[in-house]
Amino acid sequence: MPLTGCYSLAMLRESPFHNRVAAANQTSLWSHWSGHLVVDKYQSSEKFEYVSIRNAVAMFDSSPLYKYRIVGPDAERFLGGVLARDIRTCRPGEAQYTIWCDDRGYVNEDGVVFRHGPGEFLLTAAEPNLAYFQDLVGGLAVEVTEVTYDYATLAVQGPRSRAVLGELAPEINSLGYFEHTAAKIRGVPVTISRTGFTGDLGFEIFAASDEASVIWDAVAEAGAPHGIVPFGQTALLIARIEAGLLLINVDFEASRLAENDEHRSTPLELGLGWMLKGIDDDSRPFIGRRAIRRERADGTSRWKMTGLMVDPFDYDRKFTAAGMVPPKDHTPVSGDMMVYDDDGQRVGYATSFVYSPVLQRHIALARIRPDLATTGTRAFLEFTINHRYEQVAAEVTHTPFFAPERKTSMP
Amino acid sequence: MTDSSALQDGVTTPTVDAGSREFDAIVIGGGHNGLVNASYLAKSGLRTLIVERRDFVGGAAITEELRPGFKFTTFSYALSLLRPNIIHDLGLVKHGFMPLLMPASFCPMENGDALVMGTDRNENIIEIARHSQHDADAYDQYSHDIEMVVRAVKPLFDKAPPDLFATSPDGVAELAELAQHLRGVDKGVLHNLVRLLTGSAADFLDDYFESDILKGYLASSGIIGTKVGPMSQGSGLVLLFHGMGEHDGSLGSWAFHKGGNGEFTQVLARAAQSFGAQIKLGTEVDRVITSNGRATGIALADGTELSAKVIVSAADPRRTFTKFVDPRELPADLVDALRRYRYQGTSSKVNFALDGLPTYPSLGERTDMFRGFTNIAPTMEYLERAFDEAKYGWYSTRPYIDGAIQSTIDPDMAPPGKHVMSCFIHYTPYELRGSDWPTEREHMADNVQATLESFFPGFSDLVLQREIVTPLDIETVAGLPEGNIFHGEFFAPQMYFFRPAPGWSQYRTPIEGYYQCGSGTHPGGCVSGGPGWLASQRILRDLATA
Repeated sequence: MPLTGCYSLAMLRESPFHNRVAAANQTSLWSHWSGHLVVDKYQSSEKFEYVSIRNAVAMFDSSPLYKYRIVGPDAERFLGGVLARDIRTCRPGEAQYTIWCDDRGYVNEDGVVFRHGPGEFLLTAAEPNLAYFQDLVGGLAVEVTEVTYDYATLAVQGPRSRAVLGELAPEINSLGYFEHTAAKIRGVPVTISRTGFTGDLGFEIFAASDEASVIWDAVAEAGAPHGIVPFGQTALLIARIEAGLLLINVDFEASRLAENDEHRSTPLELGLGWMLKGIDDDSRPFIGRRAIRRERADGTSRWKMTGLMVDPFDYDRKFTAAGMVPPKDHTPVSGDMMVYDDDGQRVGYATSFVYSPVLQRHIALARIRPDLATTGTRAFLEFTINHRYEQVAAEVTHTPFFAPERKTSMP
Repeated sequence: MTDSSALQDGVTTPTVDAGSREFDAIVIGGGHNGLVNASYLAKSGLRTLIVERRDFVGGAAITEELRPGFKFTTFSYALSLLRPNIIHDLGLVKHGFMPLLMPASFCPMENGDALVMGTDRNENIIEIARHSQHDADAYDQYSHDIEMVVRAVKPLFDKAPPDLFATSPDGVAELAELAQHLRGVDKGVLHNLVRLLTGSAADFLDDYFESDILKGYLASSGIIGTKVGPMSQGSGLVLLFHGMGEHDGSLGSWAFHKGGNGEFTQVLARAAQSFGAQIKLGTEVDRVITSNGRATGIALADGTELSAKVIVSAADPRRTFTKFVDPRELPADLVDALRRYRYQGTSSKVNFALDGLPTYPSLGERTDMFRGFTNIAPTMEYLERAFDEAKYGWYSTRPYIDGAIQSTIDPDMAPPGKHVMSCFIHYTPYELRGSDWPTEREHMADNVQATLESFFPGFSDLVLQREIVTPLDIETVAGLPEGNIFHGEFFAPQMYFFRPAPGWSQYRTPIEGYYQCGSGTHPGGCVSGGPGWLASQRILRDLATA
């Protein structure tokens, strides 16, 4: 009997690293990311993978990220008009974490843009954006092409990542935070950037898709004496909350696909105001700029994204009093958790929550009423304990929660 | 160490001048309990000095680089019992506190098979079922039952024991509170508690399990640090004690502190200093100076005198009561109880620098099972036979080994590709019949290495260096009497109300202003920090009401 019920004529994609990933995946558990088969955890303890990110070195297949090549004499002008962060300050060999907004000043998406030359950029994104970008080209001399499947990308993250990659490509020893360089690994041309989604010292390798296995093997072998392990989505998501890095469809939604304004966020509301340097400068007319200026002038931001750190004593007390062992689960929780003030008024909601092993605290990324979003303000986070809502004390904390010196320092 | 600014609260209040001879509090001993105690005292504003005999802090929780790049956890080697409130009270994370998960427990068997336990419940069920289908189900019940007992005991663990002999209204109220707590405990749980406190680990485990390897693995926690076999009455208490710990909320789990427990005590030292405590190293204390039944200071071995209204001994009961003060100043019943207080250390360490990872023949090239404890106790009978020799004053020919190749968890413990293996050894009694440890130490280590070789063929070829730590070394180097790692046996008559002696379980001593905070006080050893913390609370309350 023919199999039926998979209503797509396209096959689910396999990452360029799939052969290696499949061999390394000891759990037989798979999930889907942008139509690719990906691993949640390679071994039974995803926490060990996380520990390796924070204390040793670990590697992550990030190939499913969408990638766009933006090339042409007007490339800088084009991106200057699309991206909220000033692309002119990104020199060749540098990269920027950035966002793009709609004309109402709501965030569409975020990504990292790598500048390879005066008129040559590569932009990563979590969701498909080709049509969106191409529609904005107008009469500019710039070409936007989708190159998602051309590249195998491997993130190598953790305190020992420099030692491991440095053996393969010594060029990376002099890479500053958010810089990138061309290099060769076992003869394969690659670009290596000092970037990642873990908030730790780390690098990402871009190689041609058909060279993926060479790169995986080289990193695995160089990393073996340092205890390298591959890590899956779960470990990544623990690390990214600690690093205060936002995740689309968890901490915010793309404005152009959102149901209503409750599901939209401005850069200021997401705590990304630091990206907006020069917004008052008319030489940088990016999409959404006027609305954001107005929001700032009128103080109409509804929320401010910030960190919440749960009071460990109150947490333990509430669970213990309920006859439970206070859970300290490192599995990230997404979904709204309400935040209240001293008077029991709802003042915001958390979108990501996790027990941080490295901080030994429960932490959350939350939107709080802007007037309360100052470090040290007390708030209460709502939990379900014994099937009842309970509020546990927490404190507004700036992000990143965890930012080791090694993340940005030079050797 | 993290420099997460989210955790910086900038507590740095150096209040003590270097060279000062006057303090509010002096803590004798810079082991983990001394450091915890001093941190709480300094945090509360007392000008606090820690004096440490050796040239570094840590006591029996130290990490030493005995060979370039190879870091040995000389004595204590893992973390579980540490009271979680201490982490937060003292802000340890910002000073580098970092417990690392050990995702596996590996139990080799004499027939070449093994039990490998991980962090996934369902995987553990099918793994145990390979050895016994019955035990796979019983394991959940056992874990649950132990957890219920642990939860019933926890409030008592984290509180100073009431004084059984109290006549004051407060004392009587504390006893009533204890009685009320116990009355609130479920009947079955209370019965299990009593069975554990008074019975053997073997009896308790036999009620649940039939598999030798599973029982060997679990019974190992019933002997650690104590001169009992799994079939001895009293091993149940040791089993329960080791279940009192946790790692990130997972009860009974153990972690490896980054850099070993020596790095953990460095974290404590940094915390103490951040609160303004001063640490004086290489300073041997001769005695506590008393005047009219009150402690007024300490005299150092070099004759220097330092004064303080609070003197705290983090040392063991023997040194606390018979070295630092004159036993003739103490009540006769206390002196008598201390004389009868059992140390009789039976544990050793043999630590290895390895050229690579060992292999286990039936697992081929796999080495992931080494990411945690490697427990050499294939059956309870193996443990009991190892104990038999100790009963008659000799060390085990086939010893129990709690091994841990810590460099598989923390690569900073050894050079790339190389490894360190900590091996905790039972039984090696302090008193040997007809010989002594200087004569026997190499033979003892040979037994250990031969045992490892029998499970991991080729092991000896990997050995680059070995460090031998006998009970005598634990005594002479770390100062623990008779090498008992807990400052005294975990026997019921030496626990709770009676630790270290009837009537003296509340951290005070008969000398006013002189306190005890070592592992010889409640709740005991195992790097819990509980004694140091609870003693500080007693001291601060006494000062407040003085």
